[in-house]
Amino acid sequence: MKLFSRTDQSFLGRWWWTVDRPMLAASLVLIIFGVVLVTTASPPVAEHLGLGQYHFLKRHLVMLVPALAMMIGVSMLGRRDIWRLASVMFVGCIIALIIVLLTGMEIKGAQRWIHLFGFSLQPSEFIKPAFAIVAAWLMAMQKTKEKFPGNHVTAGLYALVLILLLLQPDLGMTVVVTSIWVSQIFLAGFPFRILIGLLLAAIVGLTLAYFSFDHVQSRIDRFLDPASGDNYQVQRSLEAFENGGLFGTGPGQGTVKQHLPDAHADFIFAVAGEELGLFFILILMAVFAFILLRGFNRLMDSDDMFVVLAVGGLLTMFGLQAMIHMGSSLHLLPAKGMTLPFISYGGSSILSMGLSMGVILALTRRQMRSGIARGGVSVRSSQSVERSAEGKA
Amino acid sequence: MILRRLRINSIKIAGERSFAIDQARGRLVLISAVFMLCYMVIAARVIDLTVIQGHLGHERTASLQDSHPSATAITRADVVDRNGVLLATTLKMASLYADPALITDAESTAKGLVKIFPSLSYGDTLQKLQSKKHFVWVQRNLTPHEQYAVLELGQPGLGFQRTDRRIYPQGELSSHLIGYTNVDNHGLAGIERSFDRFLGDGKPLTLTIDIRLQHALRREVQKAMSDFTAKAGVGVIMDVANGEVLAGVSLPDFDPHKAGAANSDAIFNRLSLGVYELGSMFKIFSTAALLETHGSPMSTTFDAREPLKAGRFTINDYHAQKRILTIPEVFMHSSNIGSALMGLEVGTKVLKDFYTDLGLLTPMEIEISEVGKPMVPDPWGDVSTMTASYGHGVATTPFQLTSAVSTIVNGGFFVKPKLILGADNDNKSDLRIVSPQTAESMRKLLRLVVSDGTGKNADVPGYSVGGKTGTAEKIGAKGYDRKRLISSFVGVFPMENPRYAVMVMVDEPKGNKESFGYATAGWVAAPAVARVVSSMGAILGIPVRAQNGVPEISASLKKYVRFEDE
Repeated sequence: MKLFSRTDQSFLGRWWWTVDRPMLAASLVLIIFGVVLVTTASPPVAEHLGLGQYHFLKRHLVMLVPALAMMIGVSMLGRRDIWRLASVMFVGCIIALIIVLLTGMEIKGAQRWIHLFGFSLQPSEFIKPAFAIVAAWLMAMQKTKEKFPGNHVTAGLYALVLILLLLQPDLGMTVVVTSIWVSQIFLAGFPFRILIGLLLAAIVGLTLAYFSFDHVQSRIDRFLDPASGDNYQVQRSLEAFENGGLFGTGPGQGTVKQHLPDAHADFIFAVAGEELGLFFILILMAVFAFILLRGFNRLMDSDDMFVVLAVGGLLTMFGLQAMIHMGSSLHLLPAKGMTLPFISYGGSSILSMGLSMGVILALTRRQMRSGIARGGVSVRSSQSVERSAEGKA
Repeated sequence: MILRRLRINSIKIAGERSFAIDQARGRLVLISAVFMLCYMVIAARVIDLTVIQGHLGHERTASLQDSHPSATAITRADVVDRNGVLLATTLKMASLYADPALITDAESTAKGLVKIFPSLSYGDTLQKLQSKKHFVWVQRNLTPHEQYAVLELGQPGLGFQRTDRRIYPQGELSSHLIGYTNVDNHGLAGIERSFDRFLGDGKPLTLTIDIRLQHALRREVQKAMSDFTAKAGVGVIMDVANGEVLAGVSLPDFDPHKAGAANSDAIFNRLSLGVYELGSMFKIFSTAALLETHGSPMSTTFDAREPLKAGRFTINDYHAQKRILTIPEVFMHSSNIGSALMGLEVGTKVLKDFYTDLGLLTPMEIEISEVGKPMVPDPWGDVSTMTASYGHGVATTPFQLTSAVSTIVNGGFFVKPKLILGADNDNKSDLRIVSPQTAESMRKLLRLVVSDGTGKNADVPGYSVGGKTGTAEKIGAKGYDRKRLISSFVGVFPMENPRYAVMVMVDEPKGNKESFGYATAGWVAAPAVARVVSSMGAILGIPVRAQNGVPEISASLKKYVRFEDE
């Protein structure tokens, strides 16, 4: 593709040659998978809810525009812009979470949504990337300025977010935010011993959650013993995979979506399993794995702690969310309301994922990393410019 | 100095940073590894569900569908009557099933189906459509019109399967003999049951039945039943030479297509499964026993002036003559006293052996499995001998009685009832039970009953019908009940050279105006046999015997009979 010449030094040209294009392509592949699956999975759900047949599809397509714009736009930002944006967003999300707790409407047993310009937004979706970036920044700060108590501040912020999420209650998001933070302190060199201690604490926390939240308890009970209660969605989901077999029933030919209230969101993987079959499912999973491995691999070349922590946290969030979604619909994990990144319907989820991928793309751009191995003079010079700018700050 | 310290500091910090970065890189590898491990577990689980469980699951469904009857390659063979008229055949029909998983809107689909099939209930249908199975039958054997209406529903979850359906073109006409099958085409009764394998292997069967005679017989038994408002009726037409059943009727009967809906009374096969005390028709056998074993002349007399005391019983005559009677008189007036005395004369053991030889005391051999066990007095003392001589205390099936009569009149050769037409068309046996002389005497006696005795109503001019009435009281709560009768008649014709035996039995007839209130065999069953015989003459084209000039076969017995008007 000769969209931009190698020597094109325009803003877009520089972006094109420095951005991780395979990663961008993989994200677009996921988005296309998502459009196909929402197209086939959402009409029955919409009809069940008495909405127009294409209600969810239209909204999904409408939300893809800002999501894509945000992904591309953010991928053009520099690291300082990113953390500034993230800080503002983090503060905004904390406020929004408090508003949600005070005024938010209750949907499916939890208060998660606020209304903004005709769309209902889920602040908890946005706090994940925002927290990941802010925490990464604070931890990276501690590496350069010894006196700066970055790790402790992140712990405090984490506790704040944790409390706000548990009050909703939104255990799925809590698990994701916790995983982000744990992966980050792990990458930041946190001692293994303490980490294992924290792991034990998490187990204790989950046990506490089991005994203090009814819906968590019933979900875990149902996971451990399918006969104990209504395990309808998971059973249907398993049937869908069995029905799909090697090659699937073909897009639009599945039947599980008729019976799954969350076929377009939390159980879209089951629709994929039934209609696309094993081979496409494996391709889909390979795309997810590719994004993860590609992202982690690019971090190996980076000596910027902030980049390692932020991208590491975001990739963990991305990979973990996909894992929980797939695991839930395969009955490997307790049923958890978790969207499949870029694929499930859900405005907030799509926007948040667009943003996160934008940040990943921005921070893994070539000019962002050290040019030592590359030895290119021009690269090095641009790097030094960046460095000096950083030094002044 | 400050600069130097700063420099050392910055180097130290840079060193720490590079150490931290190296450590982070190591841990990145670890995180990647954990993620890949988890993804592999998920991929393994997907393979497990889609290929291993999914594939096995599909095999399960496939084997389930294989077991459906439509999968069997051979269609169940036809059953035809002796003239090749179709009695049972198999048609390919469409049956409607549903895959509930594919049903998009169970409520409206159920409504639509109930509209097409009014016999379905909405609740049941809806429940079927909402079940978690992948295959439920909705309705079997659709007409093309119904199939079209189902297709009009446009419901992807509904499908058709070609199924074989057993069809009986003659309806209920011979339902007890042919029997019926279940929905999976397995024979449950009659020939369908006893030849289930045979027919299932695609081999056709030819029955001894002549459906024309069957129709005539059923019509006349039905008429006798409705004329005398009876509970049930039985009719048999048998070829006396070989026991082939030309027609067999048990009423009430049932539509073999809807055997499941018929009540047990209609399903009950009175021809071969029902055993009845058939009364005076047994005098044929006791009289034959006397003639055969003692060679008694026709002039032998029996004192029927007084009722006979036999243990707890008193034996009375229904058509009481109150005088000393010769053998022909005993037979034509159907004297119970005379017959009882004959039985005593024959002797208990001899009579019992004679009955056994005729096949009256053991379950008969026949090609259907619905066979009743005769009721035989046990212990059989002299009282039993006396009652058994006029047909009480012994109960047999109508088929058995008719074939025993056939054995006596055909010249003495043993026959048993047959339903399957033999390949050589000749089922004649050479097992002799009575001598030709006894057979000849019995023919004369039987003709005498119709020409001058209790069976006058059975006469058909030109066909020289002989026969014997039998009026038995049914056993009620307190012994025999005079009001509840089994009235029957067994006719044989033509008496000069007997070919056919016709038996009609009517259960609990009520007397009517035409019969002057009588419900006895002579009024109920004998006329029915006469009507059957005239129909048979027409159907089979039996030549009529010239009536003038040729003496009756029974004429030679007249000298032993004292007529009232003489």
